[in-house]
Amino acid sequence: MKWLKKVSFWLLLAVIAIYTLFPFYWAIVSSLKTGSALFQVDPWPKSPAWGNYVAVFQGQPFGQNILNSVIVATAVVVLSLLLGLTASFALARIEFRGRKVLLLSVLGVSMFPQIAVLSGMFELVRWLGLYNKLPALVISNLILTLPFTVWVLTTFMRELPKELEEAAIVDGATPWMIVWRVFLPLLGPAMATTGLLAFIAAWNEFLFALTFTQSDSVRTVPVAIALFSGGTAFETPWGLIMAASVIVTVPLVVLVLIFQRKIISGLTAGAVKG
Amino acid sequence: MAIPTTPIATTEAVEAARSSRGSALVRQRTRSAWFFMAPTLAAMGLVAGWPLLRTFWFAFTDANLTDLGAAQFVGLGSVLRVLQDPDWWTTVWTTFRFALVSVGLETVLGLIIALALHAKFPGRALLRASVLVPWAIPTVVSARMWAWMFNDIYGVINAIFLKLGLISESMAWTADPGLAFSAVVAVDVWKTTPFMALLILAALQMLPDDIYEAAKIDGAGPIRVFFQVTLPLLRGPLMVAIIFRMLDALRVFDIFFVLTGGSTETMPMAGYARQRMFEFQEIGMGSAAASVLFAIIALFTTVYMVVGRVKVVEEA
Repeated sequence: MKWLKKVSFWLLLAVIAIYTLFPFYWAIVSSLKTGSALFQVDPWPKSPAWGNYVAVFQGQPFGQNILNSVIVATAVVVLSLLLGLTASFALARIEFRGRKVLLLSVLGVSMFPQIAVLSGMFELVRWLGLYNKLPALVISNLILTLPFTVWVLTTFMRELPKELEEAAIVDGATPWMIVWRVFLPLLGPAMATTGLLAFIAAWNEFLFALTFTQSDSVRTVPVAIALFSGGTAFETPWGLIMAASVIVTVPLVVLVLIFQRKIISGLTAGAVKG
Repeated sequence: MAIPTTPIATTEAVEAARSSRGSALVRQRTRSAWFFMAPTLAAMGLVAGWPLLRTFWFAFTDANLTDLGAAQFVGLGSVLRVLQDPDWWTTVWTTFRFALVSVGLETVLGLIIALALHAKFPGRALLRASVLVPWAIPTVVSARMWAWMFNDIYGVINAIFLKLGLISESMAWTADPGLAFSAVVAVDVWKTTPFMALLILAALQMLPDDIYEAAKIDGAGPIRVFFQVTLPLLRGPLMVAIIFRMLDALRVFDIFFVLTGGSTETMPMAGYARQRMFEFQEIGMGSAAASVLFAIIALFTTVYMVVGRVKVVEEA
């Protein structure tokens, strides 16, 4: 009985691992197949070929698309962290009237469906003259990243001991100095976690990027991959799509493996302490 | 992709600062609080508040994409047109069915994975990391990876199912509306179960050990322990996770867009609103649909805040 239990437990673990990893494995295998090999269901490529990885950068500005995504996601992270740091200092450390309302509205904004701001944002983007330009995506992505950055940083900042701050106040430090000199150095790990989550959110964003850009060279990676099409309407270039998918996923997977503990703590920060 | 923002626990730091310091210092700190909040407030007003108000305004007009300035106030006209459109109700039905089915499956699978990861075994950290992989992959990319696996002629899923004898002929998983719904659910479940599992795992790790020891002494079997001890203790965190995922599922857009293209039979509410706005150029009617969706989500958010026992209210 004991061994049966053990075997079924390991079987369960194997099923979980296969379930979570197989689609990614299959994308890698397919990306290494070219020509007719792609249409044979072989569990591994019989003659692996890099052709798709070369071809994906030719014929469409995929390199530019990656660069666009990096620019947008980086700008979004920097802006969110800067704004989030100062706001969370006020929310976590200062007692003032209206704090409750502000916290509730931050929480409320994080629940906004993107579609509910789409037409208003479209008008704003056009009015600012940013249609089909990357800054349009930077400002619109803030709606996804800023509320949760503020929220998570507030959670982290509350846990720091008040003696630190009191010592700084006694030394005559202004609130501004307290934020930069006392809290920022201590918040390194928290900033890394929130920054990483914000980066992934901006990197994966689709609806705004699809709506506010038009030319191939301004598109971000998700839009480019969603709209990849072959020479004819009936011929989807699956090999290319899989190669592109693997290219943009590998960095994320590496990040996840390196920072898995931080990501998990960030995702669940406060979630179950209720 | 959404990331949860969750209630925070109270600390005493603020009270201490209020009571023990001089009033001049308090005033200075209060002033600086607003100064520190200002940039974030301005940003949120610009990217969230203003666009939302404009969407609400458009919902009461007949605005057209070609000339937004020419929009005329039509009262509830656009909203009524949405509510009288049978296609809208199809998308409402699709979205709610999608939310219930996929969140239900995610909860069950998430529980199983969380319980497995809660046990101690060699390679546990590695498996936990691999569970995170689907979560990190962009939704669009995972939808396309699955679309290829679901391909009607060359797809690996048809090949495996045929070999196992589960189906007798290849299926058009993404083209047939009935099957496409299952395909969308499959991709969503694959992508978001990790999130569920990790939330549940975090809750599991905080359960007190002594209860389990007591149950062991009483001679309760593992299945009874699960249903009578673990599940009741997990109720709070589970409810928060489920409602949060429901909110996410109700605003779904990308998976449907990539997997099923634009057919009305398999379109979520957000897809309907976007199609009205940018394909049919009817910003007014699209905004009306988006506003109705917003109202539904707002209702769920209120439930979430009540169930999640948000502490902000008590502490401020």
